[in-house]
Amino acid sequence: MADDGYEMVIERGKVREFASSVKSTHPAYLEDEAPVIPPTFLRASAFWAPRRAARPRPEGGGGGSGQRRPGLGLHAGQEYEFFGPPPRAGTKLRVTSRQEDSYTKEGRRGGTLTFTVTVQEFRDGDGNLVAIGRNTGVATSRPATQG
Amino acid sequence: MTISWDDLKEGLTPEPWDVGPLSRTDFVRYQGASGDFNPVHHDEVFATGAGYPSVFSVGMLQAGILSTYVTNWLGPENIRRFTVRFSEQVWPGDTLTCAGTVVKKYDDGGERKVDLELTCTRQTGGVAIEGAATFVIPT
Repeated sequence: MADDGYEMVIERGKVREFASSVKSTHPAYLEDEAPVIPPTFLRASAFWAPRRAARPRPEGGGGGSGQRRPGLGLHAGQEYEFFGPPPRAGTKLRVTSRQEDSYTKEGRRGGTLTFTVTVQEFRDGDGNLVAIGRNTGVATSRPATQG
Repeated sequence: MTISWDDLKEGLTPEPWDVGPLSRTDFVRYQGASGDFNPVHHDEVFATGAGYPSVFSVGMLQAGILSTYVTNWLGPENIRRFTVRFSEQVWPGDTLTCAGTVVKKYDDGGERKVDLELTCTRQTGGVAIEGAATFVIPT
């Protein structure tokens, strides 16, 4: 179900940090004053989304050993589609998300795998769709050492 | 260095790119940049307590490295689609090899485009990611 979403601002320093973290030295990311975003940059929408782990928790409970129970969810796939050049630093995006699909498969080593496809839509200030993210998550019944 | 439309042919494979060995610091750097703070990727006590032999990489780190490989080749402004499916996990000390092949060259409503198939492979030969990308090739 679509919601009203939230704002995400593309910032030059964040683009530089993200590009470096995925081992890019391309001047279009590191030197341009208004760089385009790397293809998977929109994952950093986690910093703008309400109720996400990337948001500050002054009361503690930031996760990790002793604080957080292991989850059994894994990331199975991700897609990004751009309807023109990727957005540049300085762009304000409106982010909405919705669940697109959910299905189950039998795992190779027994147990049922539940896949959920979640779509994020990113629109500019004029309401134009500039990018779509499509996240496939899978919930397993035990920790997986592969896949 | 820009590759020309005439040079792009179906079946063309750019030079593969080796990255690594990857460290826990690489994982942490990506987690800080992306905002994915799942402790299974940096907290050894947490990861082993959950049944894993050690921490392991964030899938989106190797996906991002694969995207770096293709944007280096065909240009950051020109990408229009990037998709990945995760297979094997990536562990500290792994060295990854990014590779790709042009599988389709076409005109899409006046825009010249190429589709690529991509792989990110561990030093064991195990495939960590199968992916694909679409780029426009400016005139």
